[in-house]
Amino acid sequence: MSSASNHTPPSGLAAWLTSETPHSRGHAKCVQLYLGWLSLARNPLAMLGLAIVLILIAAALLAPWIAPYDPISQDLHRRLLPPGTDGNLLGTDELGRDILSRLLYGSRITLYVVALVVVTAPVAGLIVGTVAGYAGGWLDVVLMRLTDIFLAFPRLVLALAFVAALGPGIENAVLAIALTSWPPYARIARAETLTIRNSDFISAIRLQGATAPRIVIGHVMPLCLSSVIVRVTLDMAGIILTAAGLGFLGLGAQPPQPEWGAMISTGRMFILDQWWVAAMPGLAIFTVSLGFNLLGDGLRDALDPRAGR
Amino acid sequence: MPESSETALLIEHLDVRFGKGDGAVHAVRDVSVTVKRGETFGLVGESGSGKSTVLRAISGLAKDWTGRIAVDGTDLGKARDKAFYEKVQMVFQDPYGSLHPRHTVDRTLGEPGRIHGITDVGARIESILRDVGLGPEFRFRFPHQLSGGQRQRVAIARALMLEPKILLLDEPTSALDVSVQAEILNLLQRLKREFGLTYILVSHDLAVIAHMCDRLAVMNSGRVVEELTADQLRRAEPTDRYTKQLLTASLGYNRATADSLLTFD
Repeated sequence: MSSASNHTPPSGLAAWLTSETPHSRGHAKCVQLYLGWLSLARNPLAMLGLAIVLILIAAALLAPWIAPYDPISQDLHRRLLPPGTDGNLLGTDELGRDILSRLLYGSRITLYVVALVVVTAPVAGLIVGTVAGYAGGWLDVVLMRLTDIFLAFPRLVLALAFVAALGPGIENAVLAIALTSWPPYARIARAETLTIRNSDFISAIRLQGATAPRIVIGHVMPLCLSSVIVRVTLDMAGIILTAAGLGFLGLGAQPPQPEWGAMISTGRMFILDQWWVAAMPGLAIFTVSLGFNLLGDGLRDALDPRAGR
Repeated sequence: MPESSETALLIEHLDVRFGKGDGAVHAVRDVSVTVKRGETFGLVGESGSGKSTVLRAISGLAKDWTGRIAVDGTDLGKARDKAFYEKVQMVFQDPYGSLHPRHTVDRTLGEPGRIHGITDVGARIESILRDVGLGPEFRFRFPHQLSGGQRQRVAIARALMLEPKILLLDEPTSALDVSVQAEILNLLQRLKREFGLTYILVSHDLAVIAHMCDRLAVMNSGRVVEELTADQLRRAEPTDRYTKQLLTASLGYNRATADSLLTFD
């Protein structure tokens, strides 16, 4: 175990967490999670990414308590104040709303979009990919051609079509993003499944009489999961940008919702004289996207089964 | 050998083909062998001789076979049922590839029990771990925490979870160190006595075969070229030319032998 060897002899909880001889199923899981955490914690950039993501989550949870102003109440006397005036730390926008407060509340929308996409697209992709890869034959052909069809749609254009058909709003934007982002996960999962399906441990479980669903769910999926998780965190930035892009085009979140993309969109009118109106939400999108990317890179190193812990 | 109540496994005119058309490989050609209850039957031959494919056809992993395979007097079809898996189990060559990397020993051993509805899986896992010479401290470890020999013991334990009668051993020691090889072979001998098992052992190592087997079949290019008893092998009195060559080659490398090797087809 190389992970534990460069530490001083652990005691108490640390000893329990690095035990070579776990005493129960739960204990073994804890040890594995802890060792994974140790290898992630060795990567400072990944920890920076994790910190950004945690700050985003904290901001979304605590927005009503930490935001200095109401994000949607207007005060035209105080419009377009530069950062730092009168307690408006990041200035105000064209309707006199505090930009910091709007960014904090906007993190809720960003997180909402990310969460909804994450519970739909990768799950669908994982199921389609592992089933296609394990079953093979005509099922594989049908599922993969379906994947190709969805892959051929330009994401933003399909999203536009969706929103045009169903009306603008965050939910429809999420639906459009999810529908166009599952095919890459299906491809990854299928490629992983093809390398796993002929391995001896799958043959062995088949010889125990296991049914195909049991093999796919219990034996194939756990091995595909890590590459899918990594891909999800790396895609997170793209999802946020697409949601912001839809907001920018006026097809995502609707005013007066403080969505970051929509904020940039209105700020563009003042970009030369009042740069902060567009720059602040832009900075927020940039930081959060960067955070997810850094975390994704770190997770790839920590979760890669071939890295051999 | 005629079929009788003593026959554990009967193979008649077995042919296995992979692929279709011009690219098809005829891996096993007209193989017929009979394995008696309680004996260790060896299949020996060089790489690509089709010996592992015979095992895969018996276990149902290779589907494109024709001929007759019968276990305990019951003919096998292409699809296998749970009763078959309770009777016949297999141990694979590479212990590094035959255990799921993300499953603990406990989960690996418990899975067959859960599939076949065995009650009290926990107690069974502990007793089987003891039987293969691993202590209870190994139960919740992951494969990457085990040595090659320990992994192969876990793989053997998994094969024994369902209390099978016939064990198919696909070069069970060829991926291991020489010292560990002997331990695993002795373990297999002991388990055979304790559980009354029948082994079909595939190997390219004549020393392993001579140590383990009662009878053996020599395979080359998918055919059985000769059937011998272990005594005949030890006395080095094979009659077939290919077997003679295999025996000479197994004695170690020397240039004269290497130059005199022939290709048989």
